[in-house]
Amino acid sequence: MLKDILTPALIFVGLGVLMGALLAVATKVFHVEKNEKAEEIAACLPGANCGGCGYTGCAALAEAIANGEAKVNSCTVGGAEAANKIAAIMGVEAEAAVRMRAEVMCTGNHTNAIKKYKYMGVHDCVAASKLGGGDKVCPNGCIGLGTCAAHCPFGAIVIENGIARVDHKKCRGCGVCVTFCPKNVIKLVPYDKDVWVGCSSVDKGVKIKSYCEVGCIACRICEKNCPAGAITVNDNVARIDYSKCINCGLCAEKCPRKIIETVGRQEKLREEKK
Amino acid sequence: MSNIFLIMFGAILTENFIFSRFYGCCPFLGVSDKPSTALGMGMAVTFVMTLSSAATYAVYYLLLEPFGLEYLKTIAFILVIASLVQFIEMFLKKYIPSLYSALGIYLPLITTNCAVLGAALVNIQDQNSFVESVVFGFSAALGFTMAITVFAGVRAKMQLSDPPKSFRGFPILLIAASLAAMAFSGFSGMKF
Repeated sequence: MLKDILTPALIFVGLGVLMGALLAVATKVFHVEKNEKAEEIAACLPGANCGGCGYTGCAALAEAIANGEAKVNSCTVGGAEAANKIAAIMGVEAEAAVRMRAEVMCTGNHTNAIKKYKYMGVHDCVAASKLGGGDKVCPNGCIGLGTCAAHCPFGAIVIENGIARVDHKKCRGCGVCVTFCPKNVIKLVPYDKDVWVGCSSVDKGVKIKSYCEVGCIACRICEKNCPAGAITVNDNVARIDYSKCINCGLCAEKCPRKIIETVGRQEKLREEKK
Repeated sequence: MSNIFLIMFGAILTENFIFSRFYGCCPFLGVSDKPSTALGMGMAVTFVMTLSSAATYAVYYLLLEPFGLEYLKTIAFILVIASLVQFIEMFLKKYIPSLYSALGIYLPLITTNCAVLGAALVNIQDQNSFVESVVFGFSAALGFTMAITVFAGVRAKMQLSDPPKSFRGFPILLIAASLAAMAFSGFSGMKF
């Protein structure tokens, strides 16, 4: 009776101890040196693995920073906060990292941009762009099927009425959407600048008017009114030089077609929808 | 020799672990969303199942049977397989880092996956010899890999389809899995 209980108990204790000893020895024998700095740095990074820094993920960037291959402010998502923490670990001064955010340089939605055909294919901008450059007549317009939104690691992009919109509160400026947009209408702008041009079309004004109500007609009113000389009209579309922009918002007010967007106007739109 | 082939054929097709025995349904539904992850999971399962078949054979016939402890085989196998996976993980990390990063998270995930434990128990039930056990473990895992990879392909197709709202997500997944299992039941007529 006692033997029936004791034998299995002893055998299992023996088996357990044996396995435990084996694993204990294995941890010593198979010990792998880890870069402690890399682990500390990885803890400071956001951990979204967005790939905005050019490395495969946060762990890869942490290793690169620890080995001195990447700068401490390489993570645009973590911004200055992460850069400072990492700089403290690495024992160097952090250069100021400019926080960026993505903006869609197109405002032609279902109602104000004309389409050349009805797209019924795979729900993906890249697929649609292969079919004659997308369904919009405008060769540079947002296709609006949300490939950017699908790839955004922070859920900051929404499709409203056939056009991608960036929620500037959620956007961390990783730039993943920029790489996925087949029409290159998403650009990174400095986070603290309010204005951006909501058009990318390089067609002439007359032609743009025929297919889009919100296309830049290159009237140069913004260029003339900008007190800082930050806006230039090249290739029939206005472009803002953010190093000169003083954030006055005059261009958005003066634009006759209201295509220079501001963060304030976007927020108003969003609130009206609610 | 023909016995070995029979075991392989049976484990891969007629008695497929997922579609016929319904072992390992959790990873089958959990990590089959992309063919690449499904293949990674399948590779890890193949690796562990082959080795654990050998290890549990030794434990059963060298330790449990002589002492008449056959009734404790389940718990003994769990103990042995779990330690074995931990050991393999450390070994790979040190000597084959490329394989370690390829198997990655899947290795600890399947520590005591029911398919791995199931293979060990079926081996005892069928009274397989050592070679037969290892072959059975390997080919059952191959069957698992095939099933999960095929199903990942089905899921990729499903993402492009437009099922009724009440079927979206998990329900349609289970329906697709049941259809695949039904298709595999066609092999069960091929008993030798």
